[in-house]
Amino acid sequence: MSNLASGSTRTNGQALTDGIRLGAGPGAATFVLGLAFGAAASAAGWGGAVPLVFSVLACSGSAQFTLLATLPAGAVAAVAAAVLINARYFVMSVALNDSLRGGRVRRALQAQALLDASFAAGHRGNGRFDVARLVGASIPQWMGWVSGTAAGLLAAPSAHLMHALGTDVALPAFFLMLALDELGKSRRAIIAAVLGASIAAALLFVTSPGNALMGATAAALAGAVRGPQRSAREGH
Amino acid sequence: MLWLSALAVTAANWAMKASGPLALGERRLPRRAVEVVSLMASALLAGLVITNLGGTAWSALNWQQVLGVSAAGLARTLKAPMLLAVGCGIVATALLRYLHT
Repeated sequence: MSNLASGSTRTNGQALTDGIRLGAGPGAATFVLGLAFGAAASAAGWGGAVPLVFSVLACSGSAQFTLLATLPAGAVAAVAAAVLINARYFVMSVALNDSLRGGRVRRALQAQALLDASFAAGHRGNGRFDVARLVGASIPQWMGWVSGTAAGLLAAPSAHLMHALGTDVALPAFFLMLALDELGKSRRAIIAAVLGASIAAALLFVTSPGNALMGATAAALAGAVRGPQRSAREGH
Repeated sequence: MLWLSALAVTAANWAMKASGPLALGERRLPRRAVEVVSLMASALLAGLVITNLGGTAWSALNWQQVLGVSAAGLARTLKAPMLLAVGCGIVATALLRYLHT
C-alpha cells in the first residue's frame, strides 16, 4: 500500500482501480462475515428483507451484529448500542474532511464511502487521503457484505461449521495485514499502533468493543506530542 | 419495530460519516491536528485486530484464532500476497481445530 502513496499524479480512475484492488481482500473477508450475519439474522427470525436491506443501506458489520445481539433486550437500548459502536466514524470523518472536495453536502456524500479498511487503504500518509482510492476500496467490501448477507440468508450455514472452517480468522487477519502496511510508513505509526492495541486491550475489560475501539483512536494523539518531526519516508 | 430499529441505525451511521464534512465544510484542520490524523489509521487498525480477537470482555478469545491470525501475519511479513497470507491463517486455524477435536 505504501508503494502507492506517491501517486499524486495518478488520475482518479487509476486511483479508483487501485482502491478496488486493495479492497478485494477485505471484500472477501466481509463476504464471510456477511455470510455469518445473514445466517444469524435468519436464525433470529428477522426474515429475508430486513437483513438484506440493512446490509445494502448501512454496510456496517459492527453495528448490524450489535443490533442483532441486543434487540431482544429492547429496541431503544439496542439502537443506542449499535450507534455507539460506530462512534469512531465521527473521528474518521473529521480526519477525512481535509482531503474531500466541494461544499458541505458533496463532502458529506463522499464520506459515506468510509469503511474501516478503506480508511487505511485511502491513507497516503501525513494525514492526507486519496478519496478515489478510498471509494474504490469500499466497492468490493460493500459487494462482499451484501452478497455474503444474501448467501447467509439462503444457505444458513451453522455457526459450528463456520467456526470449524476457521472463517473467523479472515477479518482480524485482514486488519492485521493493513496494519502491517501502515506500520511501514513511520516509527510514529508503530508507536501509535502499539498504544492503540494496548488501550483497546485494557478497555475491553471494562467496556464494549465499540468503546474500546473509540479509545484506541486516542493513541493517534502521539502525533501531537512529537510535533512535525517525521521520518524521511513520511516526508515524500 | 425491527424495520424502525434497522433504519434508525442506518440513519445514525450516515449522520456520523457526514458529521466531519457538515461541521467543518472547507475549513482546514490545524497542522497539529493533521499530525494526529496521520496516525489515526495505525491506531484504529491495531485496535480493530484486538477487539476482533477479544470480543466483549475478552470472552471471544480463542487460541486457534490467535495462532491463525499470527500465521497470516507471519506469511505477510515473508512477502506473501495478502489473500494468500489470510488463506494460510484460515487453513492453519481449521487444521488446529480439526486436530484438537
